Amino acid sequence: MVLKIFFPKCCNTADSGLLVGRWIPGQDSAVVLAVIHYPFIPGQVKKYLTQMRSQTKVDLTVLGSWSMPKDGQEGMDSFLKDLSTIFPHSRWLQLSRESGKRAFTCRVVQENGKPAAKKDGDDNDDDDDKDKIIFVHYDQRKVMLSQLHPVQEQKGSEEESTELRTMFQTVAQSEPLFFHDMYDEGALKLTHWQSEGREASIIVELVKQASVPVCIVLTWLLSVWHWLCSFRIFHVWPVQFISSKLSTCVQTGYRTDHFQTVFSTRKATTHMEFMRKANIFVSFLVDIALGLLLISWLYRENRISQLANTLVPAADHVAKELQELLEWLMGAPAGLKMNRALDQVLGRFFLYHIHLWISYIRLMSPFIEMILWYVGLTACLGLTFALSVLSDIVALLTFHIYCFYVYGARLYYLKIYGLSSLWRLFRGKKWNVLRQRVDSCSYDLDQLFIGTLLFTILLFLLPTTALYYLVFTLLRLVVVMFQGLIHLSVDFINSFPLFAMGLRLCRPYRVAEGVKFQVLSEEPGTPLHLRMEINPLKFSSVLQCYRTPTYSCYPKDSWVALCKKLFIGELVYPWRQKSTKTD
Amino acid sequence: MAEEGPFTDISGKPISLECQNYTPFCREFTVSSPKVSLLKVMGYTCSVWLLAYAVFFLTENTTVLSSAIMVTLVGMILHIHFVKVDQETLLIIGSLGIQLSSLYASGRESTTFIEMSKIKDIVINEAIYMQSIIYYLCILIKDPSEPDGVASVVPLFQSSKPRLNCLVRVYKSCQEIIAQSR
Repeated sequence: MVLKIFFPKCCNTADSGLLVGRWIPGQDSAVVLAVIHYPFIPGQVKKYLTQMRSQTKVDLTVLGSWSMPKDGQEGMDSFLKDLSTIFPHSRWLQLSRESGKRAFTCRVVQENGKPAAKKDGDDNDDDDDKDKIIFVHYDQRKVMLSQLHPVQEQKGSEEESTELRTMFQTVAQSEPLFFHDMYDEGALKLTHWQSEGREASIIVELVKQASVPVCIVLTWLLSVWHWLCSFRIFHVWPVQFISSKLSTCVQTGYRTDHFQTVFSTRKATTHMEFMRKANIFVSFLVDIALGLLLISWLYRENRISQLANTLVPAADHVAKELQELLEWLMGAPAGLKMNRALDQVLGRFFLYHIHLWISYIRLMSPFIEMILWYVGLTACLGLTFALSVLSDIVALLTFHIYCFYVYGARLYYLKIYGLSSLWRLFRGKKWNVLRQRVDSCSYDLDQLFIGTLLFTILLFLLPTTALYYLVFTLLRLVVVMFQGLIHLSVDFINSFPLFAMGLRLCRPYRVAEGVKFQVLSEEPGTPLHLRMEINPLKFSSVLQCYRTPTYSCYPKDSWVALCKKLFIGELVYPWRQKSTKTD
Repeated sequence: MAEEGPFTDISGKPISLECQNYTPFCREFTVSSPKVSLLKVMGYTCSVWLLAYAVFFLTENTTVLSSAIMVTLVGMILHIHFVKVDQETLLIIGSLGIQLSSLYASGRESTTFIEMSKIKDIVINEAIYMQSIIYYLCILIKDPSEPDGVASVVPLFQSSKPRLNCLVRVYKSCQEIIAQSR
């Protein structure tokens, strides 16, 4: 069997000593984590290892000895050989490296003292045990910090973990082992990645310390907000209905949920939880920054008053266009001949609505600037808020188009319903509600007479109603599409995992898809040396894996169902928000 | 290792195979595709620019010319970065795994590593490609739920598409190593 030894790059030039690490169960491999240098007392080493084992939950053992003889240390080899009797082992590795040579030599000794594999040029009985050792050099700090994807969260699936995953987990869990190194005053001197240079950032430590009281304060504020929202007045039906329709309220609720996740005082235990918290926090910060940018652009050079001054003429213009459209429909639109009376009734009905609307706008016009000014301030809560407010304003301003659409759709639906029922009567059939099918039925003569009359009337009035319905449905769809675009962009800002993307750009080893091996050029007759590097995740996989789940807007019906609904005249709500979050 | 004549890919263009034997259980195979031919590049560029000149002659709009230049440049950059593969390498390390890597003409390298515990076998499969039947080398991945099943198939040397003599050479070497690690 081939023996694989994962050796950290930082220990390549370490002084002679003992190798500390772990044998990976079930595989023929060992992970070397640190080297303990001379002088040491074996009893202290054993005590330290027991302590580390309980702290890290990793079964650390002494794997063997490492000798890199410097000048004046020739007697080390025999000393090293005797050490194998002090520490309990099933296999003992004796690695050695000559200064000036790049390759290691290795001897493996079994428990009963007989060598399991010899690595030198002697003739041996088992020829195929030669050259059966692979050294894999890994960068300890990067492997410790990285996370293999797809992320497996269950702890109990040890036997399903592959060799690489177990190795990564071992290094990550052994973090307490790396607290002491050879430059510390203490009983033991170790070499591991920290020996290359201690790394710590004062700012990070300060932020970590400060974050706890800040989180407590914010959680308290959130609980106050929840208490306010739980007042009975907000649960009365009209208020609840309106707040479920306004996207601003939906966005507020959504952000509150986010804050609860981010500001909870419980530390994130798993990787996915931590990434989610970090993503939400960074998205929120970027959102606020963009909102403030928008405010600074909006509030200078009197843009608000310019906007308000153009708003009333714009509303007037829209109303005028609608009036012209109705006049056109009331005439002979596209050469079609409409039923005069019905045309006039419907046209006048809608014209009166527009007149009401224009008066309402004119009434509001002195207050528009002030309202816009205060509403624009809500952009400081984030760009998503500003966009939600914009979407709500558009919905309110085009409320008359929505009303027209509903009137036209209802009228058209009634007409189609009546026509289909009278068509069945025309043919002598009836809809059986009990059996949900069409049955034949014998009608009386007067029933048939009136039915046929009504059918003819409805049929000849159909083009007029259909035309009004078509026009207002198209207008409504334009508005819906605009609102849909806004919702899509809000959704994008909410769900894009900025932190994960930034991590992939700046610290690509932390999001690992796999590993890469490179064969290091070696001298003949030495074991194989490989360099293991981390292969980072592709950007598309980062996006897919770390997307924050949102109330994503998606079309409720397929295109076919939508067309069918439009044809019959059923009211259409093309964009539907998921009420429950899905991952 | 005796050469069986120059290797070609399925359309007849010459390719080269390099085998490197690091240890008895670690081998590397590199298949190099033919480089981008200068004539082809010049042909494409000339045709695009002639078309642009014709449109310019008709419309007298200079943005057509500059956009044609931009399109040609961007197209070439995208081609050498995402499409044109120079070399494909297969590194097999007994009892560790198999590493596949593609080197693009712009220097970009894309690597995948498959662990030995997931690999069921390496086989040569037949496939119907357009109007012909070709051979390709592929790795069978084990299905975790079914002990004898195959979860997926990873085809090798997809851009260079070598012919059977080249594949057989690689197949024989790999089978020696895989047999050892069972």
